[in-house]
Amino acid sequence: MPTLILADHDNASLKPATLNAITAAQQIGGDLHVLVAGANAGPAAQAAAQVQGVAKVLHAEAAYLAAPVAENVAATIVALVKAGGYSHVLAAATGFGKSVAPRVAALLDVAQVSEIISVVSADTFVRPIYAGAAFATVQSKDAVKVITVRATGFDAAPATGGTAAIETIAAAPDTGLTKVTGQELTKLDRPELTSARIVISGGRGLGSGENFKMLEALAEKLNAAIGASRAAVDAGYVPNDYQVGQTGKIVAPDLYIAIGISGAIQHLAGMKDSKVIVAINKDPDAPIFQIADYGLVGDLFELVPQLTAELG
Amino acid sequence: MKILVPVKRVIDYNVKVRVKPDGSGVDTANVKMSMNPFDEIAVEEAVRMKEKGVATEIIAVSCGTVASQETLRTALALGADRAILIETDADLQPLAVAKLLKAVVDKEQPQIVILGKQAIDDDANQTGQMLAGLLGWAQTTSASKIEIANGRATVKREVDGGMETVETSLPLVITTDLRLNEPRYATLPNIMKAKKKPMETTNPAALGVDVAPRLTTLKVVEPPKRQGGGKVADVKELVAKLRGEAKVI
Repeated sequence: MPTLILADHDNASLKPATLNAITAAQQIGGDLHVLVAGANAGPAAQAAAQVQGVAKVLHAEAAYLAAPVAENVAATIVALVKAGGYSHVLAAATGFGKSVAPRVAALLDVAQVSEIISVVSADTFVRPIYAGAAFATVQSKDAVKVITVRATGFDAAPATGGTAAIETIAAAPDTGLTKVTGQELTKLDRPELTSARIVISGGRGLGSGENFKMLEALAEKLNAAIGASRAAVDAGYVPNDYQVGQTGKIVAPDLYIAIGISGAIQHLAGMKDSKVIVAINKDPDAPIFQIADYGLVGDLFELVPQLTAELG
Repeated sequence: MKILVPVKRVIDYNVKVRVKPDGSGVDTANVKMSMNPFDEIAVEEAVRMKEKGVATEIIAVSCGTVASQETLRTALALGADRAILIETDADLQPLAVAKLLKAVVDKEQPQIVILGKQAIDDDANQTGQMLAGLLGWAQTTSASKIEIANGRATVKREVDGGMETVETSLPLVITTDLRLNEPRYATLPNIMKAKKKPMETTNPAALGVDVAPRLTTLKVVEPPKRQGGGKVADVKELVAKLRGEAKVI
């Protein structure tokens, strides 16, 4: 039976995490159908049709899906599953996917498996618990498996080369329960945090939002994304979507540079799968040094400008 | 207006969790337990709503063993009016918890259910959304600011790209994110008063809910250990190693 994948997109293009979810779906087996629910979402549907491994794209178009709410997206998915015989429903474990998937599962009276990091078989998956201190292998016997996929656990499926058909479908009627009335989205002129190859992250040690500008100069040199620890976000230095950690973003870049971050377990949960970890901190006993490949003890206000200069 | 606040007893966030060598799970014997931090934030928000006159009664509810009474007493000490323990030794998963909470909602008829966005033990982030689905209610997850007025809610949510403001009617399920508020500490007088507040006990059978788990845990293991502790003397050495050895720049 086919697998339905909920695309995370902005109507113009697919969010990168959708490609990782598609890889997870391929490992499960079965034909892949991608649901693109939006308004003027033709370009996103086209993008989905070009992803390798996708058999069909279902494009649900409605004005009230322009800023989609979980209640409406879940209703559309449930209708599709009830009509179409899907054995699996997958979504990337983004904030969006995580708000929709459990509601879908409850409406189908099945369990939901959160943030899988690997597929053992069509009914068995591995997922992190206790902020990643343990990995649990869980098996579902439900007729439909509803799953969110942690993007860092899977490679991205190639975004071109696919030739799926796009089918227009009806969106479920507007539930009328919730409406988006405003958005404050961080304007990014640098790579996005969860898909960047290099991430520079600042912690409480930065001392102020103003000091994060120092990290921006370094990020420019490396074409890096900027992240932050919970402490830095709580203190108001940077917006909430910069937070890396157990309850924030999970990242696994090629290079993670932790600056002024002590390394609490909850922060490590969000970055310990990075390929290379660098830590800059004036406290030689900071826990971050225990997982850093290259640790530099010293004053970040001297070392960061030096590093920026050294990179030419 | 009644507010229902589900709270969960979890291993304290400061505890370094140990995986049992036999692969059966995580060691919870003699380990410090606390209210799930996100649920503390939920209790605090409910209490503030009562202090503002938006809510008239706060009911705390927890599902689990009799030890969860401790967690409920904490909620009472923080300002909840009464508590309900749904007592069971069963391995409770989010779908079962959502069904138990629905049974309580059907009986108590709150206008708002507010709970943590995820529990720090299973990190599932499902119960609130499932409950909202079962009830056919609106849901606003990862809330960082809540305003209730004239039977409507305006909620600021943390989303992937920043913040989003949504408007919903009541009744509503809200899940809390970190920056919604900073919870108060229970004062000693309030802890004493909490001992006298009503605590009712019920169980899944009495509520007519089948709590049999849907997911079977086959094994629990430690993640591969990461080698760390490498040090460099200065920035020059760092850059040289990142280029020549790690080859990431």
